[in-house]
Amino acid sequence: MSFLSTLFLGIISAALVNNVVLSRFLGLCPFLGVSKKTSTALGMGAAVIAVITLSSAITYFIDHLILRDKLVYLRTIVFILIIAALVQSVEIILKKKIPSLYKALGVYLPLITTNCAVLGVAIDSAQQNKTFADTMIYSVGTAVGFLIAIVLMAGIRERIEHNDIPENFKGMPIVLVTAGLMAIAFFGFKGTIG
Amino acid sequence: MKQNTPIERLYNGVLKENPTFVLMLGMCPTLAVTTSAINGVGMGLSTCAVLMMSNLIISLLRKFIPDRVRMPAYIVVVASFVTIVELLMQAYVRPLYTALGLYIPLIVVNCIILGRAESYASKNPPIASFFDGLGMGLGFTLALTIIGAIRELLGAGEVFGIRIMPEAFEPVSIMVMAPGAFFVLAILTALQNKFKAPSATNKGDKFCSGNCAACADKTCEIGERSAEK
Repeated sequence: MSFLSTLFLGIISAALVNNVVLSRFLGLCPFLGVSKKTSTALGMGAAVIAVITLSSAITYFIDHLILRDKLVYLRTIVFILIIAALVQSVEIILKKKIPSLYKALGVYLPLITTNCAVLGVAIDSAQQNKTFADTMIYSVGTAVGFLIAIVLMAGIRERIEHNDIPENFKGMPIVLVTAGLMAIAFFGFKGTIG
Repeated sequence: MKQNTPIERLYNGVLKENPTFVLMLGMCPTLAVTTSAINGVGMGLSTCAVLMMSNLIISLLRKFIPDRVRMPAYIVVVASFVTIVELLMQAYVRPLYTALGLYIPLIVVNCIILGRAESYASKNPPIASFFDGLGMGLGFTLALTIIGAIRELLGAGEVFGIRIMPEAFEPVSIMVMAPGAFFVLAILTALQNKFKAPSATNKGDKFCSGNCAACADKTCEIGERSAEK
């Protein structure tokens, strides 16, 4: 298969077919918590794309240069520390160098350390022995999938806000039902890649 | 009931502030691994073990960890115990280890653990913190087992692998797939609202208003504070 089609299929598969939130349940907390408005959802999604891409590249090299041979059991500890440090430094750098971008994404950055999608993607690629190109395709695809899911969710939530929801389903239950229906819709992508 | 006694802590964790149904924390493993009751028990108990030990150690170290670096310090403690639990499971309960897979290392980012470390273990003596961890862990196990049992019953007609439903029952297989997790939790939360049981959704801001993001706000503060200084 040519490189372009691998790239395309890889991204589609990670973003839609195996959507990170709706079929693998990673990153559920921001998905339920930060999806009240489309604008904030977009900001969160963009921050997640940036952090996942950076962190997978760094963890890939650390894993292959240091951990792979004898220190595999240190993966969890090292990866979570790398991610926490990375998020902090990205925040500090953005604040000093690109204040406009910091204003847009800054608030979401600290929340990302506890986003399990970031750690999940890093550990998953390391466990499956993916090559560097595959790791990057997989992580960008996953992050795009997160952006798609959270923006769709925010759009739906903005609309159901004014609808007549049964009293007991107001708040979290209706959001969960919506997420379930979205998950069913995303099942439809299963057939697209054989 | 007297505050901070072992019994009070257990009661608090299992019923009064049940991490899943009342505080609504740690949603990722709650929904991801509860395809069967036994997976729920396994995930709950491993989280419980990590929670107890990390609460104990963090409480013992609470006077030595400088305030500014407390989050990284907590993360290292939690991640160490997760690694220990992961290796033990790999050695002794292989089937469960394979079934839970990626979600075992992800116990590190379960916000129940960091949340308890931050809000309880860092301020209270070791014994109370240990029982707080045990109570919260058992509450989490209970919740995961209930959700897992409901999904397994509807999706496969069994609970803990034992056939419950009559032969004629057609399994609703969507319940063991991803959407089923959302539906079961939605209905359980709606029932809680109906019977006015306390939960993050109807108690408002008293608890972690329904998401980890709110909980991680504490992590936020550190970021802001260290940046200001």
